[in-house]
Amino acid sequence: MIEAIQKQIQDEVRRLLTDKRVDLVIGFEKGTLPLRSAPIFIHDSADTNRLIWNSFCENNLANYLTKINNQRVAIIAKGCDVRSIIALTIEKQIDRDQIIIIGIPCQGMIDWRKVEREANGELLETIEENNQIIIRGEIFEQNLKRDAFLYMSCQTCQYRNPVIYDILIGEKVKEISKSKEYTDIAGLETKAPDERWAYFCEQTSKCIRCYACREACPMCYCEECFVDCTTPKWIEKGLNPSDVQIWQIIRALHLAGRCCGCGACERACPMEVKLCYLTQKISKDIRELFGFETGISFEQPPPLATFNLNDNQDFIYG
Amino acid sequence: MKEATNWQWNPKIVAFLCNWCSYAGADLAGTSRIQYPPNIRVIRVPCSGRVNPQFIIKALQEGADGVLVSGCHPGDCHYQTGNYFGRRKFAILKRFLEYIGIEESRVQFSWVSAAEGIKFAEVVKKVTEDVKKLGPIKRLVKVR
Repeated sequence: MIEAIQKQIQDEVRRLLTDKRVDLVIGFEKGTLPLRSAPIFIHDSADTNRLIWNSFCENNLANYLTKINNQRVAIIAKGCDVRSIIALTIEKQIDRDQIIIIGIPCQGMIDWRKVEREANGELLETIEENNQIIIRGEIFEQNLKRDAFLYMSCQTCQYRNPVIYDILIGEKVKEISKSKEYTDIAGLETKAPDERWAYFCEQTSKCIRCYACREACPMCYCEECFVDCTTPKWIEKGLNPSDVQIWQIIRALHLAGRCCGCGACERACPMEVKLCYLTQKISKDIRELFGFETGISFEQPPPLATFNLNDNQDFIYG
Repeated sequence: MKEATNWQWNPKIVAFLCNWCSYAGADLAGTSRIQYPPNIRVIRVPCSGRVNPQFIIKALQEGADGVLVSGCHPGDCHYQTGNYFGRRKFAILKRFLEYIGIEESRVQFSWVSAAEGIKFAEVVKKVTEDVKKLGPIKRLVKVR
């Protein structure tokens, strides 16, 4: 199944490049370590056999679309990547006509850290079969159940099938039930403020401010990020807890109504800081308050760039 | 060091007031000799829509015990729609700060027109009392 999809991707990309319909294809290639993949940029049809598709293609490739200049580009896109592409389009950061979306229905990506923790030694090889992942090391072989190792963002994903596409590869998958959504937030929302603050502090204290989350995010395309700005200097460099907390708060707020919840930030984090519980909360509020969901339609403007005369103002005195 | 026996904590509250309504409202409260707590530090902004959530968070980091943002009533904005945009940002910010565990009444919002001097005094009284109940800010504030 996975091999078949991979083959179809390669054929499709080869055709696009030989027909000169695109200048560049953005996809995934094999990573240097087991359980990993890496983005690849293909200009030449001879390189198409380097393209892969498996459960470790976790990057959000829409990230690169703001950097392609005038090239015509084809992009391998999962459900969440497509949502980011739509979000970037309504913010007028990319030109939809310049891009060919090769949509792939996604079964969810596997959290390689979880797998690595489960392994009884150094992992050398992985094989995917149906709903199993077989991991092998020098002295062990284990069979793992695929669904137990999905990323949190994939477990609650509502748009596994690309919302729009030019070419669809593979068969559409069944969407998961709405009730599974945002369970992580619900748990925290009912806790006491002190516990919520403690959780927030615990998570932010791990942050080393490497900004990998920002680099991995397709929506963080600002020329100058507020943390790099020196006039005014919003926050100091260094790891003062207050500065780190403010970085996390503002990062999440800047993604309000723009985050599609792909989880690329959390996956990029070397310190395993939980980030999605912040952005997902804002997405949830935006859906409740303004009835907007990121990256599913070209019609609705970004929620914070518009307003409704009857917006909720219960929280405002007067 | 001076012995601080009689010293009593009093909240510092940063108030972002829009130039056209709330700032004029505060002015009216003043010229009408209406008494209200002296705990606010006013920052005049062109419009409540000008208030970036970063301003509010920065104020808390720098040690403000509370923040008040006040602008024209919906429909009265000098720039027609500025406060409508502001209202959306504040709705998100308000819920988000609460979610991460910042006390709910640290950051407050109000609509005060240029004619509402009495109301301005009331708002300041209310915010000051709320923040007094919470005590000095402990979360987000930067300890140097």
